[in-house]
Amino acid sequence: MGDETAPDEIGPKQMAMVEYLKLGDDPHLVAYVCDACGATYFDRRNACAACGARDFSTGRLANTGAVRTFTIVHRAARGVPAPYISAVVDLDGGGRVKSNIINIEPTPSNVSLGMRVRLATYVTATDDDGNEAVAFGYEPEAA
Amino acid sequence: MSNQDPVWILGTSMTKFGRYADKDLIDLAAEASLGALDDGGVTMADMDVLAAGCLYEANGGVGQRLQKQLGQTGIPVYNVANACATGATAVRTVMMAIKSGEAQMGLAVGVEQMGKMGMLGADRAARSDKQVFERKGRFGSVVGVEGRLGTNMMPGVFAQAGMEYAYENDGVGFEQFAKVAQKNHEHSTLNPLAQYRKAFTLDEVMSSEVIAYPNTLLMCCPTGDGSAAVVLVSDEKLKTLPREQQRRAVKVSASVLTSDPWTEGCQVQPDVNTLTRNAADAAYEDSGVDPADLDLVELHDCFATAELRHYDNLRLCEPGGAGEWIDRGGPWRDGEIPVNVSGGLLSKGHPIGATGVANLFEVATHVRGEAGDRQVPDAKVGLAHVIGLGSSCGVHILERSGL
Repeated sequence: MGDETAPDEIGPKQMAMVEYLKLGDDPHLVAYVCDACGATYFDRRNACAACGARDFSTGRLANTGAVRTFTIVHRAARGVPAPYISAVVDLDGGGRVKSNIINIEPTPSNVSLGMRVRLATYVTATDDDGNEAVAFGYEPEAA
Repeated sequence: MSNQDPVWILGTSMTKFGRYADKDLIDLAAEASLGALDDGGVTMADMDVLAAGCLYEANGGVGQRLQKQLGQTGIPVYNVANACATGATAVRTVMMAIKSGEAQMGLAVGVEQMGKMGMLGADRAARSDKQVFERKGRFGSVVGVEGRLGTNMMPGVFAQAGMEYAYENDGVGFEQFAKVAQKNHEHSTLNPLAQYRKAFTLDEVMSSEVIAYPNTLLMCCPTGDGSAAVVLVSDEKLKTLPREQQRRAVKVSASVLTSDPWTEGCQVQPDVNTLTRNAADAAYEDSGVDPADLDLVELHDCFATAELRHYDNLRLCEPGGAGEWIDRGGPWRDGEIPVNVSGGLLSKGHPIGATGVANLFEVATHVRGEAGDRQVPDAKVGLAHVIGLGSSCGVHILERSGL
């Protein structure tokens, strides 16, 4: 994706785990934005699913938002540590994103619908060359 | 015939859902198909078209393999796959052949053999982290996203669908979702064709193992094996058949298939609502049936959290009122509109390809007055709903013959 000022790789050591996460001093998400209708997508599109237009620009999304829905996954896919909180966040200024709620104990009493959250990053895996994959999640603003 | 004329179910049958180590996929499909032909008083020689729905052997020529056990009559065969709406899509394929005038009678069968497949929706073999990271796919990801950027597994996806309803509406929480499972397990005790037939208290539902909160083990449908079939007939042809076949025929008053239109957020959390509302509204309009007219509904309760949302999506309760509706017993078999008197997917089971035909079997059996212990008294009209992620939704409205 575009957004030339914010790298998705820093040196040889850290890589964003998905291209729509930008690292650096100010980690944030970017999205493909349909030039015609403004619909946003995290993955590459051939044409807009909302209006059919074919031209997209890259736009920055807010780092803060509110939990729209969540689940606490106890029986997870093989190799995935559980329990963890999966959530959909309504971002301030538009856009919706799915990720984990992190930096709190995954219990129903710790997470609530509408809870204010902000983006946070962490190293999620390391390859044999020592490169680190950086993931993003959302942590409570109040924390 | 005019394509405004109704199409009818002439015969229908289903296997008991469960796990059949001693039978293969075609045994199950043959049992349901032969049962439906016998029930309709017809044979393969009367069929002008065959549609076979099966998801996990979608490229396996299931329809042709089935013909070799039923009768190879040379008729056109359509092998159909459409997620959890696979069975309903097979039915619609035969419907369209009849409506177009190409066929007078046809067989639609749905079948699946899943055994103990476990949770669906994640990579079958979880993507292992690369030795050296390399960007892949449309997200340019270097490691698997499941569990890192939320969940795509079915219990969690549908948990989130339910919790989103709780976010938008008052009076909805863990207890309301759990009551759905309590109801369907209780209903299943009357259905000899159900995979599980055991009642549980609300406390047992809520305190069973958490799979993806708020869905506990007893709020998730099982995988399994089974098949269901219907024989469909044109209005013109039905009128030439003996009186008793006409009397037992069930009118298909509406048959609708939708996919999910673009909505805000549907790219990250599947929208199971808009396409269900669209399908239901079209079905009510096509049939002239009002939700209040329904004597029973079989809807797609893959998870308890899903069923609660669909009360609202199918207009069975007041807008936003699904929590209050289950609290006052509206969808119980003695309530305002009995929902999933078969036990639903939660107890009856969910062999995927069979599900969208089995719910037609259930509704048809009730409006014929042949449902035995679980019969909804004097049922005349019912609705059957399935939804598969991706997404695809089928809604059928069935009515007693009156002929």
